Amino acid sequence: MKQQQITGAEGLVKSLICEGVDLIFGYPGGAIINVYDKLYDYTDRLKHILVRHEQGAIHAAQGYARVTGRPGVVVVTSGPGAANVVTGLSDALMDSTPLVVISGQVASNFLGTDAFQETDVVAMTQQITKWAIQIRHADDIPAAVARAFYIATTGRPGPVVLDISKDAQNELMDWHHTTCRFIRSYNPAPEVPDATIFEIASILNSAKKPVIIAGHGVTIAGADDALRQVAEKGNIYVGETLLGLAALPADNHYCLGMVGMHGHAAANVTVNNADVILGVGLRFDDRVTSDVHNYAPHARIIHVDIDAAELNKTVNEYMSVQGDARDVLSRLVPLLEYRERPECDETVKRYKAIEKEYVTDIECSPSRQKLTMGEVISTVSDYSGNDTICVTDVGQNQMFAAGYFKCRSSRSFLSSGGLGTMGFGLPAAIGAKIGSPDRQVCLFVGDGGIQMTIQEFGTIMAYDVPVKIVLLNNDFLGNVRQWQQLFFNGRFSQTQMYNPDFVAIAKAYGIGAEVVSSREELPDAVRRMLESKTAYLLDVRIDSTDMVFPMIVPGTRERKLYLNQDKYITLE
Amino acid sequence: MKKKLYTISIFSENTVGLLSQVSLIFTRRGINIESISASVCSIPGVHKWTITAWATRDLLDKIAQQIEKCIDILKVFVYDDKDIVYQEVALYKVATASLLDEPDVEQIIRRYGARILDVTREYTIIEKTGHYNETQALYEELKKHDLKQFVRSGRITVTKSPHEYVTEFISQQENRRNRIENNGE
Repeated sequence: MKQQQITGAEGLVKSLICEGVDLIFGYPGGAIINVYDKLYDYTDRLKHILVRHEQGAIHAAQGYARVTGRPGVVVVTSGPGAANVVTGLSDALMDSTPLVVISGQVASNFLGTDAFQETDVVAMTQQITKWAIQIRHADDIPAAVARAFYIATTGRPGPVVLDISKDAQNELMDWHHTTCRFIRSYNPAPEVPDATIFEIASILNSAKKPVIIAGHGVTIAGADDALRQVAEKGNIYVGETLLGLAALPADNHYCLGMVGMHGHAAANVTVNNADVILGVGLRFDDRVTSDVHNYAPHARIIHVDIDAAELNKTVNEYMSVQGDARDVLSRLVPLLEYRERPECDETVKRYKAIEKEYVTDIECSPSRQKLTMGEVISTVSDYSGNDTICVTDVGQNQMFAAGYFKCRSSRSFLSSGGLGTMGFGLPAAIGAKIGSPDRQVCLFVGDGGIQMTIQEFGTIMAYDVPVKIVLLNNDFLGNVRQWQQLFFNGRFSQTQMYNPDFVAIAKAYGIGAEVVSSREELPDAVRRMLESKTAYLLDVRIDSTDMVFPMIVPGTRERKLYLNQDKYITLE
Repeated sequence: MKKKLYTISIFSENTVGLLSQVSLIFTRRGINIESISASVCSIPGVHKWTITAWATRDLLDKIAQQIEKCIDILKVFVYDDKDIVYQEVALYKVATASLLDEPDVEQIIRRYGARILDVTREYTIIEKTGHYNETQALYEELKKHDLKQFVRSGRITVTKSPHEYVTEFISQQENRRNRIENNGE
């Protein structure tokens, strides 16, 4: 019997369900209204979260994807709707986040005529997506959806865009969906030969001062446990990139925490002194390396990444291996030999002590009058048993969270790494909480960043999303202020913020909120926030002169790791 | 590292929108495309593009990696001139009068092994196939004699290597397709 024909819009909805989608973040509009009409019939199988701005939708989908490992799905209208997700697409591409973004488009006979709410979405998004395509016929929808999910989720994950014209949504079609498992021009899981694994093992086994740098790829590949085994079996310390944080539990003996510009002293000195670096699932970007010509001057770098275009892109590599992090790390484990590495142990011990004395103790010391970001973040981390999902915005809040929040399990640290998108935090935390309802989600955000997407308080209210918001409020765009302080003679050009009453705003949206302005109030306030069954905001008043250290100053010939404004260690 | 003219060969599926994606990868790195040509190749359904650009080998290798990352791009190769056999074709439109009046011009055409494609009372069309310096040299000569139009195509190339890497890649991928379809890999 011939199957009854359905519209392209319904075909899209059914294909999404076939791909395992049960949640959409979105915002309706004229060019996508046919899809929304069909969503109305499928509310039992497809939950839709109506955000307050499309940027909120895509960052929420990123948060959801990052905690669940499943693709985030976003539906927006043409023109401004699609343009408003551009930042999120760029962010997701940099940070390897699987997203399927569906945008409505004007009817195909209007394309190219500057029709109402027409914008060339494919041209705008080609360079910031893994794949972007326009669909003008209903018949093409199922195959495009299948291909989109395959591309978004395999290899190095990333965002894809399906731009569907209004007539394609309306047209009738014979719907049939088959998942995509192969594209001739695309090999998402290249095999690594045994000889390569043997060679890596032998280099590590004979190294005196090896170090591993773990990036986001480790978490994406589900290689966290393999990483721990490699570190323990080989007796090799592990530094992490910002997005690699939580690949190893912070309390693991081998975990040195973050490397790079604001990385820990022990991590950066270990990398600088290393004779071999095994970098897994990272891009060796400028925030990790600073000046590449002086980076890790004594090391042979072995780079393992699933994305061939990342190999040899920035640093000179001794070995470049295109492969899956879990595959490579788990095959290394049996080949590694436990070696004593007294020099590494000595370095780590020494620089952990130095950082504690000159940085951490001072940041967390009660002798300072006003609260600091470091002490607030470590208090939240401690009181939550180090077991919440830590979401950050961008800036000082992010760097302090990276330094002071102790993650215990995988997929527990969410931040906009590559693009550094202010405004990412609040919607990402909402998406993270929706994706992981049984875990506590804490957002650290500044007074600048929260105001970039503060309208998403409405989403929290509408869907009762119990995220915990720690607003580190210093009435400044703190990170820029820090640079102005350090490099621009304290000329604070356009960084002071004249702020509203955040508690009143939160309360207007039904979010519990209080101001915390003293050290004495902090513990109880944090406890109240963590115990609250509903969303809660702490407006914590922070010392505006607080600066993030350690810091490797970029763009200088000599590599100096500053512990504070005056004291530094030279990396040689 | 020294800048040189390199040839980039790109093999792709025949899908819409790839050209802008590829050209933007050059633009992002501030590299000018000197010439480009695209056509079908010996493998059915596969398109071959040949691009030339001045840059360092190191940078072009990185650009090649980024192009190859685009979905629907099959393979990308960067070649030095010694790795390939290459040709360009140039067309010259000269006033027929100059051929009749100036005996030089006929000599030039013979000397350069050029061909005459079309003759009218007003103009004559000359074709020359060769390397850039050859078509350029003929241009320099004809420029002195009432040259009306000149155009040169992008470079086309075939490799000297005995290996047909793209064919091998596609057959590997077809094996993979069969494995996936048969085993539900």
